[in-house]
Amino acid sequence: MLRGHNLMYRILLLVVIAGLVQPVQAAVDGARLYTQNCAACHGAKGAGGVGVPLSLHDFLDSISDEYLRKTIRLGRPGRVMPAFRMLSDDDVNAIVQHIRSWGHKPERVHTAPVFSAQSVKGDALRGKALFAKNCASCHGANGEGGAGTGVTMSRPRNLPILAPALNNPGFLAAASDEMIKATLMKGRDNTPMASFLKQGLSEQDINDVVAYVRAYERSSGAKTAEVLTSESAVIVRESPYSVEETVANLKSTILGNNFRLIRIQPLDQGFVDKGKENKSRIMVYSCNFNFLNEALKVDPRVGLFLPCRVTVMEHKGKVLVMTVNPKRLSAIFNNSELNRLCEEMSKIYVEMLEEAVL
Amino acid sequence: MNGKMIKQYGRWLVVSLGLLCAPLAGADELIMVRVHSTFPETMTTLQEVIRKQGYTVSRVQRVDVGLTKTGYKTAEYRVVFFGKPKEIDELPSRYPKLAAYLPLKVTVIAERDETLLVSLNPILLGDFFLQPELKKTFAAWEKAVRNILDRVRMEEEGLIK
Ligand code: HEC
Ligand code: HEC
Repeated sequence: MLRGHNLMYRILLLVVIAGLVQPVQAAVDGARLYTQNCAACHGAKGAGGVGVPLSLHDFLDSISDEYLRKTIRLGRPGRVMPAFRMLSDDDVNAIVQHIRSWGHKPERVHTAPVFSAQSVKGDALRGKALFAKNCASCHGANGEGGAGTGVTMSRPRNLPILAPALNNPGFLAAASDEMIKATLMKGRDNTPMASFLKQGLSEQDINDVVAYVRAYERSSGAKTAEVLTSESAVIVRESPYSVEETVANLKSTILGNNFRLIRIQPLDQGFVDKGKENKSRIMVYSCNFNFLNEALKVDPRVGLFLPCRVTVMEHKGKVLVMTVNPKRLSAIFNNSELNRLCEEMSKIYVEMLEEAVL
Repeated sequence: MNGKMIKQYGRWLVVSLGLLCAPLAGADELIMVRVHSTFPETMTTLQEVIRKQGYTVSRVQRVDVGLTKTGYKTAEYRVVFFGKPKEIDELPSRYPKLAAYLPLKVTVIAERDETLLVSLNPILLGDFFLQPELKKTFAAWEKAVRNILDRVRMEEEGLIK
C-alpha cells in the first residue's frame, strides 16, 4: 500500500512538472483539430460514421468534459477508437470545446454537465442479472459492445447505432459511476439507448446495474481490449518452380479453396508501357466474397488489405511467393473483432502459399 | 486530498497508466480522411491529385462490383493503386519482401453523400523493413499520402483549387 502511494506521488510530481514546462500556446483551433483527427470517423459535424455520433443533444447533455477529455486521451483499446496521446492538453480542450458547440440550440445555451466522482452503491450480483435481462441484447453478454462500427451505412445491421463496449478499460476509466447512472436514468433520445426508469427499473435497480458495470474493471483483460501481436509483416515461401509454374499452381490452389480468381497481372502493369512489363514479378488477386462481406461488416477499413493478393517474383535466381501478414496488420485497426478474421486470413494465406510451392 | 479522492484518483491513474503502456494502436497507423463529396466526384479528384503529386495511378479495383455480383448489398467501394514507376521497378530488386506492400493504395468507401479515404500510413513500413536507407522513402510516401488525402478533402470543400 505504502509503495503504491509513493509511486503515485512520484507520478503526480511528474504530472505537475510536465504542466510547468509546457510551452505557452496560442489559442488552438478546435474545429481544425477535430477535422484532422476525428471527422473521418465521427463525421464532419459529429453525425457518426465509422465512429458513433457525437453531436446528439441527448449525448452532449449526459456526458462531462472530463469524460470527453479522457476518452480522447485513452481511446477504447480494441474498439476502433484510437488513443490520442500526441495531442497537447490545449489541443484536447479545444476539441472538447468544438464538440460542445454542437450542443447549443436556438432557445438555450448548452452547458456541460458535471458529475460527482462519488461511487454509486449497488449490489453488483443483482446488477448482473438485471444486465443480462435488460442490456446484454445490445451491449453483449459481458458488456463487450455491439458488432460492427459506428452507424449503419451501406450494410444491413440490427441497430442504427453501435452499442458501445462497457467492459472496455478506456470507457471505464473515462466514465464516472454518476455519469453511467445518469445515462441509464434518462436514456439518450434519438438513439436505441432508452431511459430505464421509463422501462420500469427502479433507481435501486439502476444502482445495481452501475455497480455491475463498474465491476468489469476488476475482471481485467477484457477480450475486447486485446490486440494481436505477431511475427513478420510478410508471409513468404520459396518456390522450387518457375514464376510461371508457381502462378499456375496458385491459380489451381485458389480455385480449389473456393476463392474466386480476380486477376493475374505483372507488378508494374500500369507503370510501364504495354508490352514492357516485367514478367518475372506477378501479382495474383483473388477473393472469397463471403469472407470479404463478413470482414467489411465488421470494419469497412479492412478492405485496405482485400482482395487477397499473392506476389510471385524472381529474386537472385530464387522464386519467392509472398503476401502481407494480416495477423501483423490487425493491430493498426485497433479492432479486436478483426483479430479472429485476420488470424483466419493469415492461415488461409499460409495454406495457399504452401500448397503452391508443394 | 482526502482518502477517498486519493483512492478515486489513484484508480484512474493506475488504469490510465496501464492503458498508456499497452501496445495498442496509436492514432496514426492509418491515414483517414472524410471528403464532403459523392463517391464518383471523389474518385475523379483523387486520381487527379495523385497525378499532380507526381505519382502514377496504375489501376482502380472495383471491389463493390464483385460483391454485388455475389449477391451482397454494398455501397461503392474501390481501391486505387499508385506509385512511382522507378520505385516500383527498383525497390523490389533490393528489398524483395517490400513487393508484398506495392503498389501503394488508397481505399475509397462511400458513406451516403460523403466519401471516406483510407490508407496505411507508409511510415509504418519502417517498423517492418529496418534498412535505414528506406526511412527516407517511407517518410516521402507518408508525406505524399497525407498531401493527397488532404488535398482531395480541401478541393472538394472548395478551400483550394
Ligand atoms: C436497444 C439497445 C440497447 C439496450 C437494450 C441498452 N443500450 Fe445502452 N446504449 C445503446 C446504444 C446504441 C448506445 C450509444 C448511444 C449514443 O450513441 O449516444 C448506448 C449507450 C450506453 C451507455 C453510454 C456508453 C458510451 O460509451 O457512451 C451506457 C453506459 C449504456 N448504454 C448502458 C446500458 C445499460 C447498463 C443497459 C441496460 C440497463 C443498456 N445500456 C441497454 C443501446 C442499448
Ligand atoms: C478510427 C475511427 C475513430 C477516430 C479517428 C475517432 N474515433 Fe471516437 N470512437 C470511434 C468508435 C468506433 C467509438 C465507439 C467505441 C465503442 O463502441 O466502444 C468511438 C467513441 C468515442 C466517444 C465515446 C462516445 C460515447 O457515446 O460515449 C467519444 C467521446 C469519441 N469517440 C470522441 C472522439 C474524438 C474527439 C476524436 C478525435 C480526437 C475521435 N473520437 C476519433 C471511432 C473513432
